[in-house]
Amino acid sequence: MNTPLLQVAGLTKRFGGIAAVNNVSFDLQAGRIVGLIGPNGAGKTTLVNLITGVHQASSGSLRFNGEDVSGQRPFESALRGLSRTFQIVQPFPKMSVLDNVAAGALYAGRSPSLHQARDEAMEHLEFVGLRALANRPAASLTLPSRKRLELAKSLAMRPKLLLLDEVNAGLNSAEIVAAIELIRAIAARGITVLLIEHLMKVVFSLCDDLLVLHHGELIARGEPQTVANDPTVIEAYLGSKYAQRMAG
Amino acid sequence: MKRSIAVFIVFAIAIALVPLGGNNFFVQQATFVAMYCTLALSWNLIGGYAGYPSFATAAFVGLGAYAGALLQNAGIPMVFAWAGATLVTGVFAALLGFGLLRMKGHYFAVGSISIVEVLRLIASSWSSLTGGGEGLNLPILAGGPEFAGRLYLFAMLSMMVIAFGMTVWVDRGRLGFGLRCIEQNEDAADMVGINVTRYKTMGFTLSALCCGTVGAISASWVAYIAPTDAFSILMTLKVPVMVLLGGPGTILGPVIGATGFVLLEQTVWAQFLDYNQAALGIVIVLLIFFLPGGLLGLTRRTSRIPATAAHPVSQEPPAATGHPAAVETVTQAQSSKGVHA
Amino acid sequence: MEFLQVIVNGLTLGALYACLAVGFSLVWGVLNVINMLHGSLIILGGYLTVYAWQHWQVHPLVALLPVAGLLFLLGWVVQMTMINRLVRQPVLTTLTVTFGLDLILYNAMNVVFDATPRRVTLDLGTLSLGDVVLPWDRVIAFALALGLTLALYAVMRTSKMGRAIVAVRMDRDAAELLGIRIDRVYAMTFAIGAGLAGACGALMALVFPITTNISGLILGKAFVVCVIGGLGTVPGALVGGLALGLIESFGGNWFGPQNAVLIGFGLMLILLMTRPTGLLGRKGYE
Repeated sequence: MNTPLLQVAGLTKRFGGIAAVNNVSFDLQAGRIVGLIGPNGAGKTTLVNLITGVHQASSGSLRFNGEDVSGQRPFESALRGLSRTFQIVQPFPKMSVLDNVAAGALYAGRSPSLHQARDEAMEHLEFVGLRALANRPAASLTLPSRKRLELAKSLAMRPKLLLLDEVNAGLNSAEIVAAIELIRAIAARGITVLLIEHLMKVVFSLCDDLLVLHHGELIARGEPQTVANDPTVIEAYLGSKYAQRMAG
Repeated sequence: MKRSIAVFIVFAIAIALVPLGGNNFFVQQATFVAMYCTLALSWNLIGGYAGYPSFATAAFVGLGAYAGALLQNAGIPMVFAWAGATLVTGVFAALLGFGLLRMKGHYFAVGSISIVEVLRLIASSWSSLTGGGEGLNLPILAGGPEFAGRLYLFAMLSMMVIAFGMTVWVDRGRLGFGLRCIEQNEDAADMVGINVTRYKTMGFTLSALCCGTVGAISASWVAYIAPTDAFSILMTLKVPVMVLLGGPGTILGPVIGATGFVLLEQTVWAQFLDYNQAALGIVIVLLIFFLPGGLLGLTRRTSRIPATAAHPVSQEPPAATGHPAAVETVTQAQSSKGVHA
Repeated sequence: MEFLQVIVNGLTLGALYACLAVGFSLVWGVLNVINMLHGSLIILGGYLTVYAWQHWQVHPLVALLPVAGLLFLLGWVVQMTMINRLVRQPVLTTLTVTFGLDLILYNAMNVVFDATPRRVTLDLGTLSLGDVVLPWDRVIAFALALGLTLALYAVMRTSKMGRAIVAVRMDRDAAELLGIRIDRVYAMTFAIGAGLAGACGALMALVFPITTNISGLILGKAFVVCVIGGLGTVPGALVGGLALGLIESFGGNWFGPQNAVLIGFGLMLILLMTRPTGLLGRKGYE
């Protein structure tokens, strides 16, 4: 078996007295679409922040592609092939949509020149369906388009692992269906995807594997059907009384 | 871009031809214009592209002046002294940047002004080295005033060309693109793979280099320096205004702004000797209130970065609650032809 | 110099610094505008007080209130006409405009009055407590500076306007949603800042010679106090002011008076790089 793409061991992050992420350990094999779910405040975004270097872990270790990356800074993580989208999208507002994506290609994507970066950016925009908006300022986009821009930008970064943080928040049903297709197409390109999601239909249709976080701890892991029937998971989402009722 | 370069070349040639007119006053004016263009172009790198409101220009100019003076007085030939001063200023900026660039917005501005003050105070009190409040004299160039006038004009003109070249190089390449990203969303820039600290420091250091040389050249030109003139708060404030006037984040904006400002200063309010500060103040106020896009913004060409004052960005006030950077809707009509310049 | 004397000197100076900076700090904290006019406003207060003394024999303590009132009005007008438009602009813009305004004020003062240093000399003798010697005019200035600052604190805590100002400082948008008239609050804050500056100027005129040439120096001190103590709160200005006074007093004592200012700035720079929110920081709510 190959070395897992991502190895998280005993990862903990404390803010003041609270452990937002507590002793989380898991391995991610390349080539899968993995879902990261859990109730609000479970620590999902914090975990992604830890993996991409936005926060430094209080303890524990992180290995990416066999390399120890604890203590890396966000740009280092990007250069290593870890790319992420934000829950609240963060474009470069005054730049054109094209240039936003070109930024991803130029730096993390290691494009040799700005010109080439822009060419690559155009391809990515085509892929997500934003080609027509290439020359508009990023700030003028609607929310669904901005989400796609985020996606295009993170793809331009040539990631090995793509972390999608609630990429479907704020989208309507039709838009969500389109997003699911897009994510599948991304995975088909060989990019490993970790998806933070609240919407079960997305999780069930896309993910081969699920990680469940609750109060910062990893409480379950496995295929979606198994996890959905796991009493611990049910308790976490719906409370202990419901779990008891389900159990018998 | 090509048009801007062409305009600049014509402008530089025009300045180079001034001595032919035979009028020493105009030669001197042209030297001032070239000097401020250099300072404005330099400032633009950190203030325009990266969006860090630096008021440290006078610190670099003054440091360059003193370094140059000390080197010249130690016997080093003038041009080498200028080079040495540039090096000193560059190293200083790189080291300073490490601490200063961690701050943002107001704190960075305040920090950068303080550097000017601190250096001035040090220059004033370290009399054994700097001559203290008395100042330092420099050797006067042999060859007579007319020759000197032309020499210094060409020195400043060369600096202006170098500064312009630097700007074009930055504007076209990864550094400029990266600085623009940093200006618009520093966290996103980090996430996209830009080594933000390194880029900011590079921008800051580049912005200091020509200032140091200008300081050294000025010192040789006037043949005398003293703390208050070398570390002039007035200068450190005028330079950003010049860039704001001309259009920050563009390659020609600083040149237009500096030239306009210097000429305005010389023709209009040098007349009102007693009121020239108030006149300057009035100009600044009117400028900001009525011309927020800078002169370049007027012609509705796509400035790469619209001038900061035109698009109020809600700045994080000191009691910020940690909201993500507000994404503002661009209101100015953006012609898209400028994207692939 | 006697240790106690150094401390007392530091504290008396510090109270003056606190009073000097509190208006500046409030404007910065609430409007998010760095008011480069502040130093000149203080000088204006001093000049007016001296003028009243020299020409109309008005005792400076009597002149204090009208001078403060006058500057309050001036501040209100300046804010409503100009500063208001700057409030959400980037730093570069606000700093440059207020600097431009400062140039105008500075020049106007030089033309109308001129730059000769002047003060009000009340020969009140000195107070001796043990080994510590204090000129009485200093004591009065110190007491009043402290008193004004504390009075402001009381007003901020108890009055409706005071509470509104604090609310706007904490969260402008939330305050607006609550029905607080932001432009009124801004105008009031700026005016209070100007009024206090005027009062401080009057007090300074009692203690040392005032001239337009030191307006920049005074502004510098306001910066340092804000960074040391934290922005936008009266306790912050008080802590910062007293701290700076002590630092300068001890620094001047150990390293020579000419280096006292340098030490203050140096400390500010270090703090900016490490803990920019100052000693009381953002938690220093009133």
